[in-house]
Amino acid sequence: MEIFFTQLTNGLAVGGIYALIALGYTMVYGVLKLINFAHGDLFTIGTYLGLSLLTSLAITDKLGPVAGVILLAVMVMCLVGIVGILLDRVAYKPLRTSPRLSAVVSALGASIVFSNAIMLVYGPSTKVYPHDILTTRVLDIFGLPVPVMRLVILLTSIVLMIALYGFIQKTKIGTAIRAAAIDQDAARLMGINVDRVIMLVFFIGPALGGAAGLMVGLYYGQIKFTMGWIYGLKAFTAAILGGIGNIPGAMVGGLLLGVIESLGAAYISLAWKDAIAFVVLILILIVRPTGLLGERVAEKI
Amino acid sequence: MIDKKTKFRRLVYAAFVLFWMTAPLYLNKYFIDVLNNVALYAVLGLSLNIILGYGGMFHMGHAAFYAIGAYTTAIINIQFGVPVLLIMPLAGMMAGLFALVVARPIIHLRGDYLLIVTIGLVEIVRIALINNVFGITGGANGIFGISSPSIFGYTINGIVHPHHYYYLLTAFLGITIVLFFLLEHSRFGRALRYLCSDEIAAEGSGINTAGYKLAAFVIGAFWAGMTGTLYAAKITFISPESFSFWESVVMFMIVILGGSGSIPGVILGAILIIGLPELFQGLQQYRLFIFGIALVIMMIFRPQGIIPPKPPKYPVNRLDKSEVVL
Repeated sequence: MEIFFTQLTNGLAVGGIYALIALGYTMVYGVLKLINFAHGDLFTIGTYLGLSLLTSLAITDKLGPVAGVILLAVMVMCLVGIVGILLDRVAYKPLRTSPRLSAVVSALGASIVFSNAIMLVYGPSTKVYPHDILTTRVLDIFGLPVPVMRLVILLTSIVLMIALYGFIQKTKIGTAIRAAAIDQDAARLMGINVDRVIMLVFFIGPALGGAAGLMVGLYYGQIKFTMGWIYGLKAFTAAILGGIGNIPGAMVGGLLLGVIESLGAAYISLAWKDAIAFVVLILILIVRPTGLLGERVAEKI
Repeated sequence: MIDKKTKFRRLVYAAFVLFWMTAPLYLNKYFIDVLNNVALYAVLGLSLNIILGYGGMFHMGHAAFYAIGAYTTAIINIQFGVPVLLIMPLAGMMAGLFALVVARPIIHLRGDYLLIVTIGLVEIVRIALINNVFGITGGANGIFGISSPSIFGYTINGIVHPHHYYYLLTAFLGITIVLFFLLEHSRFGRALRYLCSDEIAAEGSGINTAGYKLAAFVIGAFWAGMTGTLYAAKITFISPESFSFWESVVMFMIVILGGSGSIPGVILGAILIIGLPELFQGLQQYRLFIFGIALVIMMIFRPQGIIPPKPPKYPVNRLDKSEVVL
């Protein structure tokens, strides 16, 4: 029971991170029908920027841990968002009218560029986040141990997701994003600046990815320049699991994948942990390509 | 009949063949080994080209087939002492069989989804190898002591005498080029290209698209598996690290940058991606960074690759009488 509970909370925390990254995939896919392969590397950029800002500015010493980390998160999200916009401008915008697979190859190229740029700037070795920033306390809930950080990560990701969902559903700009996702040309005819919408999507998605990156850094402590693509692939799996292009789907898929993975690691085999996500991905694409919450669409996958 | 461009092209090809044939006379061991790698990756690129270039299927798990070929070779060679060159067809068959099993359910997926699934596939294979599946893959350490190939009692050691191995690989590359050229111009090749450019029209013309796609996968995997034999026998030691996702990316880049669907293009791709960085040793760590940028730039300005395939020609006077309906 204790193992189950520990793995469950662990899975939910990791799942929250997957969900945040998955949102970036799903939003870009929703509007552009493009799998942004470089998204996982934007996440890595978030992790590394977080480390740089943390060590160089020492905000957490000046403002205290909570306010410091929040400010840090805002900075990281803005910076990664800007990188996302640049990525779109340079690598995807010239390919809007080309065959879809050209853009996919370009995304792949961008992913290689990002991960190697990080390696060239920070070096190929594993970097370590400072340990003592946030609490390492472990709560005791009905006799079961729950590290506070896990709760913080889960809550933060849920708050960010709800904020995003509210933004998309309730505001005018959010409506514009939804309209562009359904039909770009019709949206344009309705006076929506689709280019602006795409820019916004490429800001929000990577910003959330950057936030996830910072959380991974703070939670796990160790970061490496290649970590982006494995997180990216798993988050993509989460997006597919929930139904790509569907924002609540990304949240459900992320949390579900996190739980499946950590329970699988505990009860099936730890050594096969990374393979579990891929098996889930392949199965879902074969059995139900539209995902759990995805609607049946005419488009063939 | 022959215009200037074709003449120039032929001249370049002839010069290249001449260089390749005479290279062992003036290049040292190190550079011959580089050319060995170029040849190995050229064959891998060509085998991927059948799936990706002719078939138009975005397959990024080719390293999985390569790995299965190499491991089959290593295991049978070590366990039963069978000479490696005899194992080669079997290695190809194992890889082809694997392709048949795994490609069957995913073949219908659309381009970008297929890409992701095949990435997952190569990772699953790598994890399986690391976890020492069936207890015969040697886990993360891999397998040591694979014997070198021998022809008529003459052993060709790839490490000590790269020159000798060079001839073996050149022969294999030559056979590959000839066979794949014939394949490209066969009924099969035509059907693949047709379904690549318009799947619905191809299906409407009576082409069994799923069957042809699957056949392309199996042929590509078969050839990659055989190449795996030559790789394993060349360095006599294999480990899961040699068959990572990046290996697949490199093969993918070779085909896409060189020119997918074009045999000379793929060979050029192998030279640029495997050979060229060796000339700029100091820039080795920038290698992937530069290739990533090249990939983006190519997609924007020249998505068909450096040497795209020539548009097929069907001169009326050379066709069979029965094929001409006027």
